[in-house]
Amino acid sequence: MRRLPTREVVEMKMVVAVIRPEKLECVKKALEERGFVGMTVTEVKGRGEQKGIRLQFRGREVEVDLLQKTKVEVVVSDDAVDEVVEAIVSSARTGKFGDGRIFVIPVEKSVKIRTGEEEV
Amino acid sequence: MSDGNVAWILASTALVMLMVPGVGFFYAGMVRRKNAVNMIALSFISLIITVLLWIFYGYSVSFGNDISGIIGGLNYALLSGVKGEDLLFMMYQMMFAAVTIAILTSAIAERAKVSSFILLSALWLTFVYAPFAHWLWGGGWLAKLGALDFAGGMVVHISSGFAALAVAMTIGKRAGFEEYSIEPHSIPLTLIGAALLWFGWFGFNGGSALAANDVAINAVVVTNTSAAVAGFVWMVIGWIKGKPGSLGIVSGAIAGLAAITPAAGFVDVKGAIVIGLVAGIVCYLAMDFRIKKKIDESLDAWAIHGIGGLWGSVAVGILANPEVNGYAGLLFGNPQLLVSQLIAVASTTAYAFLVTLILAKAVDAAVGLRVSSQEEYVGLDLSQHEEVAYT
Repeated sequence: MRRLPTREVVEMKMVVAVIRPEKLECVKKALEERGFVGMTVTEVKGRGEQKGIRLQFRGREVEVDLLQKTKVEVVVSDDAVDEVVEAIVSSARTGKFGDGRIFVIPVEKSVKIRTGEEEV
Repeated sequence: MSDGNVAWILASTALVMLMVPGVGFFYAGMVRRKNAVNMIALSFISLIITVLLWIFYGYSVSFGNDISGIIGGLNYALLSGVKGEDLLFMMYQMMFAAVTIAILTSAIAERAKVSSFILLSALWLTFVYAPFAHWLWGGGWLAKLGALDFAGGMVVHISSGFAALAVAMTIGKRAGFEEYSIEPHSIPLTLIGAALLWFGWFGFNGGSALAANDVAINAVVVTNTSAAVAGFVWMVIGWIKGKPGSLGIVSGAIAGLAAITPAAGFVDVKGAIVIGLVAGIVCYLAMDFRIKKKIDESLDAWAIHGIGGLWGSVAVGILANPEVNGYAGLLFGNPQLLVSQLIAVASTTAYAFLVTLILAKAVDAAVGLRVSSQEEYVGLDLSQHEEVAYT
């Protein structure tokens, strides 16, 4: 059975940031300036710890449950995680509720589809 | 009025009505998705408020018996005595007023309470739009002075454009305006709006001949020409700076349409080319100036309609060709028309800005123009309408 070519073992992490949609350009720029170009961006809806936002609509209280957010996913080597997190925090923060969250997740391996090359 | 003329004005009325949601779509594409419904809704609200006020007293104070050249009387209130052709004219003019208020919503994009907008638009129609309509079209002091405004360079575009600047300065910038780039959420929606506007403008300018005649034909031809020339100018500017974005191209076309509006029944095609060319340049520079000065007149009613209408109104005094409609401008040996146009432009510009500033500050003080920061964050679709544009 043919084995796919492999590379050296590099600890990888996925940094997942859920941010305000309007902060996407700032975050992209901050990451690019630090040399992190690759990313996956998804439009999502979500809610944080405060569950939702209560607003008075037409004389009655309504909970706005899920708000429009943007999810940015970046896969980097373990030693670059702190720099990526710092870049996202500094560029996405407004100081108000709803600035978002960052999660750091271990990545087992990555396969480049064009070449079949693996990173583990 | 012949049956053909009646048919053309009926059709033109429908064309101008379609421009109202056209403005809504044009603007909605340029805001964030959480405010798209609100921008379109504001255009329909503009139409509804205008229809009601126009019937009650708006038409009368615009076109009723002249009182000292300043305002019309209440002799046509609730359309009493308005019949036949006058009823058709009333309806046609109603749509102009509605479009003008819809244009003004540029200034409050993504941050105004609907209730406050209703109050402001009612006051604005009464104290800015109606006087302008009377001054220029209802036998008021500017008409007596000899100033010309074929289809609304001053009545519609200067009024809404300079009012938008005043309202934007009163309501303040959108949250995050200086922190990050607020991007359009749907360029196709804006392009649909632009298509409706260009289409409707044939009724806006062509219908202002108030007959299906040679002046109407000329108006439609020069309207189309100016739009294309100004759109081309913005396309070239886009190429010089990078790529010719569709948003820029249609914004340029709208600038050309705004600029030709006061002149459509007075200039020939050569004049229209000049008007479109200059409009493309000056409106772009105005937009650039607004951005550099960090003024959040969000969707550029001032730069495109205000400055476009101002230039077009001055251009009438220079380029009016007597072969088109009997009126001669500076280039055809009549400097007096330019003097009249300059007086009219100066007075309408100053009045629109200052009176709107007073009205906006009064509404803000009384009920508050702006939604809460939390409502702005959630978006106006949810906080003002309990709806979303896209699920």
